[in-house]
Amino acid sequence: MRQLLRNTNFTFILGAGLVFILVQALISVGVLNAYWQGIIFWGAAITMVSLGLNLIYGFNGQFSLGQFGFYAIGAYASADITYRWVRNDPSALVVVIFGSVLALVFMLGVSAFLRRFYGVATLAKFLFHFLAAVLGFFLAVRFVNPAIGKSVYTALNALPSGLSQQIVFFLALVGGATLAGIISYLFGIPVLELGSDYFGIATLGFTIIVKVLLDNTDTLLPFPEMKGARGMVGIPKWTTWPWVFFTFMAVVLVMRNLLHSSTGRAILSVREDERAAELVGIDTASQKILAFVIGSVFAGLAGGIRAHDMAFLHPTMFGFLPSFNPLIIIVFGGLGSMTGTIITGFFWIFLLEGLLRLYLPEGFETWRFVVYPLVLLLMMLLRPQGLMGRYEIAFLRRPLPPPRVKESPPAPKPIPEAGEVAV
Amino acid sequence: MKGRPENLSPEVEARPVILEIEGLTHYFDSLRAVHDFSVTIKEGELVGLIGPNGAGKTTVFNLITGVYRPTAGSIRYEGAQLVGLPSHEIIQMGIARTFQNIRLFANLTVLDNVLIAYHPHAGYGLADSIFRSRRYREREKAMIERSQEFLEIFGLADRQNDIAGSLPYGLQRRLEIARALATQPRLLLLDEPAAGMNPQEIDQLMELIHFIRDRFQLTIFLVEHRMRLVMNICEWITVMDFGEIIARGKPEEVRGNPQVIEAYLGRQAIR
Repeated sequence: MRQLLRNTNFTFILGAGLVFILVQALISVGVLNAYWQGIIFWGAAITMVSLGLNLIYGFNGQFSLGQFGFYAIGAYASADITYRWVRNDPSALVVVIFGSVLALVFMLGVSAFLRRFYGVATLAKFLFHFLAAVLGFFLAVRFVNPAIGKSVYTALNALPSGLSQQIVFFLALVGGATLAGIISYLFGIPVLELGSDYFGIATLGFTIIVKVLLDNTDTLLPFPEMKGARGMVGIPKWTTWPWVFFTFMAVVLVMRNLLHSSTGRAILSVREDERAAELVGIDTASQKILAFVIGSVFAGLAGGIRAHDMAFLHPTMFGFLPSFNPLIIIVFGGLGSMTGTIITGFFWIFLLEGLLRLYLPEGFETWRFVVYPLVLLLMMLLRPQGLMGRYEIAFLRRPLPPPRVKESPPAPKPIPEAGEVAV
Repeated sequence: MKGRPENLSPEVEARPVILEIEGLTHYFDSLRAVHDFSVTIKEGELVGLIGPNGAGKTTVFNLITGVYRPTAGSIRYEGAQLVGLPSHEIIQMGIARTFQNIRLFANLTVLDNVLIAYHPHAGYGLADSIFRSRRYREREKAMIERSQEFLEIFGLADRQNDIAGSLPYGLQRRLEIARALATQPRLLLLDEPAAGMNPQEIDQLMELIHFIRDRFQLTIFLVEHRMRLVMNICEWITVMDFGEIIARGKPEEVRGNPQVIEAYLGRQAIR
C-alpha cells in the first residue's frame, strides 16, 4: 500500500477520483447549488483556456492574446450544433463534423503537396490551406448534408434518447474544438512567422474580429439563431459535472503527455532559444503551429463546456476585457507551470464571481477592477515568476531519468575534467 | 582543385568532397560581408578559417547553415545544393554547428539539451506521446540511453539533471559540442570553440577535437581566433579579411605569409 501511494500516477488518479466523487456527492445532496456549480464549471472552462495559453506562451514562448477568440468559436459552434439538434435540425452537426473531416483531409493533402517545393511564400501557403478548408466546408454544406443529414438524424434518434443526447453533446464539443483548431492553424500559418510580440498584436486583432462577427451573426453571417448582439438563447443546458470533470482531465492529460515527450522538449526548446533550436535540427515553425493549434483546441473545447452550462451566449462574454483573464491567470500562476495555472484558474473565477457576490460588502463591485489590478501589480513586484514559478506537482513534473547504470567498465576517459579548471 | 591549397598529399586529394562552396557572396544591405568565398573540403579533413574581427568568418557559417540566404554563390554538401533550404533541414542532412557565444537551452537540464538534438530521430509521433504507446516508451528509453552515452563521453554524466545554465563555462562549451554531435553529423562546424579559454583549457579542447573526430569520423571546419589552436590542429587554413580570402595553405605557410601578418598586425609590423 505504501509503495502504491508512492507511485505518483496512482496517487494522482486517487486524488482526482476523490475530488470527482466529493463534488458529485455535494451536488447530489444539494450543498453545491446551481450557483456554485456554475462557478466550478466556469472555473474549469477558464482553466482549460488558460492551460492552452500556457502551452502557447509559457511553454512555447509565443505571446497570444487570441485564445478568447477560439473560446468563442468553440462555444458558438457547439451551441449551434445542439441548438439546431434539439429543434430537429441535424444540419449543423453534419456540416461541422463532416466539413471538419473533409477540411482536414484536404489541408493534409495540400501540405503534403507543398512540402515538395522549397521556399513557398507564406501567403501562398496560407491561401492554399484556406482554399482547402473552404472547399471542405462547402462540400459539406452543399452535398454531404443534403445527402445524409436525414439518415444521421434518424440513426441517432433510434438510440435511447439519453444516449443520443450524450453522443450529440460529445460530437458538438469535438466539432467546436476541431473548428477552433482548423481556424487557429490557418491563422497561425502567416502570423506565427512574425516574432512573438507582433504575434501578440495580431492575435489580439483576431479576438476583436471574432467579437465583431459575433455581434453581427444575424446580419453579416447567415446564422439568425445566434441573434447577434442580442445574445443566443435556447441552448440546451447539458453540461454536467461528469462532463466537466472528464473533459478537464483529458485536457490535463493530453497536455502533460505532450510536454513529457520528445515533441514537448522541442516545444520548450523554441521558447529557450529559437535559433539554437533550429540549428540542432528542430523544425521550429511546425512546433509553434503545433502548440498554437493544440492550445486553441483546448480553448474551443472549453467554449463548448461553457456554452452548455450557461445555456446562453452573448458576444460581450468574449469581449476585450474578459479576454485578458487567461493571461492574468497564467502569469499569476506561473508561466510554464500547469499546476499554477490550475490553482489560479479556479481561484480567479472564485475571486471574480463567488467571493464578490457572497462575501464581500455591497459596494465592492465597483472597486474590484481597482483592487484586482493592484493585487496583480504587487504580485509582479514581489514574485515576478508567479505563484508557482515553474513548479509542478509530481504527476505533472517531467521525470528526471536516473543516471545510467554502467554494466561494463566505462570507456577510457580521454578528456581530463575541464570543469574545475574553468572556474 | 578550386578552393584548396595545391600542395596537399595525393592521399587526401583522392578522398571524396564533402563540402564545396563556390563564389559565395553576401551583402547586409550595402555592406559587403562575404565576397567570392570558395572552399572545398574533403571527407575527414580538419580545416581552419581564420581572420581578424569582422572578417566575415561567422557569416560564412551562418550562410552554410541557412541562417542567411547568400546574395550569390553555391554551397554543396555531398553534392546537394544547400542554398535556399531551411536551417533545420540542413542540420538533418548531417551538418552540425556550435556558436561563438554559447547558445544552450539554459533553463533546461543537461540531458534535455542533448535529447532535443535527438528529436528528428525520435521515431515516434504525436499520437504515441499522447497515448503513451509502447513505441513511445521504448523509443524514449533508447533516446535517453543514447544521450547518456554522449554525456559520459564528454564527462558530463554526473551532471545530467543539472540546469544547463548553471554549468561552469568549460562544461557549457563541452555540452554544446555534445549537443551538436547528437544530431548525428558528418560535418561539424565549430565557431570559435576556444573563445574565453585559458591556454590549459585550449590544450584540453584540442585533445577533445581530435578525439571526437576519430570517434565519430567527422570532417571538421572551424573558425578560430586563437593561433595556438589553429596552428596545432588544422591540416590547412583559409584566411579571410574584409570578406575575402587572402591566403590559403598549411599552417606554417600561412604563418609566414606577409598578407596575413598585415591583416592581423597592421602594415607597420612588416616594415
